[in-house]
Amino acid sequence: MKKILLLGWKDLTLAFRDRAALIMMLLAPFALTLGLGLVTGGLSGGSGSSGLSAIPLVLVNQDSGQLGGELVNVFQSAELAGLVAPQVSGDAAAARKLVDDDQTAAAVIIPAGFTASIIPDAGTGQSGAAAQIELYTNPSRPTSSGIIQAIVDQFINQVEIGRVGAQVTVSGLIASGRIEPQQAAVLGEQLAARQAQAADNPRITLTGVEADSPAVEFNVLAYMAPGMALMFLMFTVSNGGRTLLVEKAQGTLPRLLVAPLSPAQVLLGKMFGVFLTGTAQMLILIVASTLLFQLKWGNPLAVLVLVLACVVGAVGWGMLITALVKTPGQAASIGSAVMLIFGILGGSFFDISLLPSWFRTVSKITPNAWGLDGFSRLALGSGLAEIVPDIAGLLAMGVVLFGVSLFLFMRRGVIQR
Amino acid sequence: MPAILEVQQLVKKYGDKVAVNGISFDIQAGEIFSLLGPNGAGKTTTISVLSTLYMPTAGDAVIGGHSVVKEPMAVRNLIGVVPQDLALYEDLTARENLSFWGQMYNLSGKALNARIDQVLEQIGLKDRANQRVKTFSGGMKRRVNIGVGLLHQPRLLFMDEPTVGIDPQSRRAILDSVKDLNRQGMTVLYTTHYMEEAQELSDRVGIIDHGDLIALGTQSELTRQVGEYEALQLHISEMDDSEALAQALRSVEGVVRADVIDHNITLITPEAEKILAPVVSRANERGIRIHTVTIQEPNLEAVFLHLTGRALRD
Repeated sequence: MKKILLLGWKDLTLAFRDRAALIMMLLAPFALTLGLGLVTGGLSGGSGSSGLSAIPLVLVNQDSGQLGGELVNVFQSAELAGLVAPQVSGDAAAARKLVDDDQTAAAVIIPAGFTASIIPDAGTGQSGAAAQIELYTNPSRPTSSGIIQAIVDQFINQVEIGRVGAQVTVSGLIASGRIEPQQAAVLGEQLAARQAQAADNPRITLTGVEADSPAVEFNVLAYMAPGMALMFLMFTVSNGGRTLLVEKAQGTLPRLLVAPLSPAQVLLGKMFGVFLTGTAQMLILIVASTLLFQLKWGNPLAVLVLVLACVVGAVGWGMLITALVKTPGQAASIGSAVMLIFGILGGSFFDISLLPSWFRTVSKITPNAWGLDGFSRLALGSGLAEIVPDIAGLLAMGVVLFGVSLFLFMRRGVIQR
Repeated sequence: MPAILEVQQLVKKYGDKVAVNGISFDIQAGEIFSLLGPNGAGKTTTISVLSTLYMPTAGDAVIGGHSVVKEPMAVRNLIGVVPQDLALYEDLTARENLSFWGQMYNLSGKALNARIDQVLEQIGLKDRANQRVKTFSGGMKRRVNIGVGLLHQPRLLFMDEPTVGIDPQSRRAILDSVKDLNRQGMTVLYTTHYMEEAQELSDRVGIIDHGDLIALGTQSELTRQVGEYEALQLHISEMDDSEALAQALRSVEGVVRADVIDHNITLITPEAEKILAPVVSRANERGIRIHTVTIQEPNLEAVFLHLTGRALRD
């Protein structure tokens, strides 16, 4: 075990002493994230055009009160015009079917009595029975549906702030003797309604709001940064796998194979080196983007687990590429091609949840797709439990590809006597 | 003295091509044994099989009582390997390289550090220990390459053409270090296609050609086989054309072969004294002045020539 760790540490050291590799591992993804952020307006707070645009959703407003209409207005507002493409329907079942048929990212169903459940009746001073907005989301479009959920959550938060604020204000006025208790219901309704109207203000944006504002905090860079990090992770793993062939050519692999360690230890050590390098790359990019772009990646533990799973999946591909080629040059060429293809296929450049379902199915062969799915969920507030399918997919990918690679290595006698 | 290595009918084939064709020999503990042969003779393949890198197609070898076929891991603990090509991590320093390879051979802690210091001293690179290998000259890299093979103090050291492609000064240093190691008790299997190296270093020599071990013994035993050949060496001026003179001398009666290395011409002949006069005469005809003439006793070059009809450098 110690020798496997030593081999891995040696490869990590060599990777971080290779200037060309460092540029591709760290500088390139960072520069591309920054560049795409500038191009798409992600750094200036606009909704941008990074692929996170015209998210289809269906609004079903069954509420006869004021708040239901306000929420519809929010989605139809000019501020969100570039981001969402709402369609209004009167049929909740039909709206859900559109989601099930993958025709839309989500259905927002505002139930009858929603306003009454929040704003007390002016005559009786009583609120209606609890009524919750139903958000029916499309699991195959986690990013899009996550954004819609964030907008709805924000609306509800503002309504709640208005309701509580009105209660506190009215109680204070009664206590100070400025109004009579009988006037409380009418005044409370007026205050709550005024606050609720504030939900229609332009604070619901993707970015660029005050630090203390409760506005939606989904930043397009939070999509771009993991996309680029995952794409260049593919470079790192293919380059790392390539070092096995480089070591064979430069004579250090044969030297290892006549030292007192088994071929399996050599292969595992090389894999561990690629794993360490990929993990270090991802963590550096995450920390740097957090510090420089103020990106919120989500629950740190879940992010770490997802990073490790992404690297396992990617290392599987790196080893497979190495097992299929004969020379370091071939590994470099094919590795670069795979990096770009997986970047496109896996959604590193645009949100693939807007593309046809067959494309999203094919994209699942890439660690990029699983990883982006997970990172998007985490950035939108999900926890470890919600990304278990992504983690499982990545680990399964790594294990299967490692098995295939091992078979190919053995057949070609790369690590055998 | 007990044999530390016994090679038994070793065969290695690559497809239909026979690289090593049933060779057998042994090496006694404390000996320097050279495998001498031209490029492609099977020297590196033999070392690769003996060092457990490749499985033999047939036959076996026993090192320190362990079969290379059945107990490769036990064999690896006993041997050190200095490969022909540099096998180092050039982006690591000399010390980091030695440390990494030492740990691969189960050294650790203070023992490892002490051994690294000893080896750095031995290869004369203590003052460059913390510089990356890629900044070293070819000769210095060769020395680190050897240092890695020595680090764990193997009982048997395989050195595969360690002087190929380096300057005369570094070559001299390496040959001296091999003799030093041997004086300290290390057994060495040394492969080379330089007859001079085999002559200088070896207690015994095996001559290998086309995968066959065609001769085996001490130098005197081998040269006795071909006692009729002598070597006449001429050293001429740097200003003169040694190739042209060699060409002219090849037609002198009694000259079997004429080879040129820089400004030295070596003539292989049954009777050196007999050809001396016509050789000097041919040189004078071309206005070439011979600085020195040396008659050598039959050597390994002559042995190889006698056995194969070709020179080692063919």
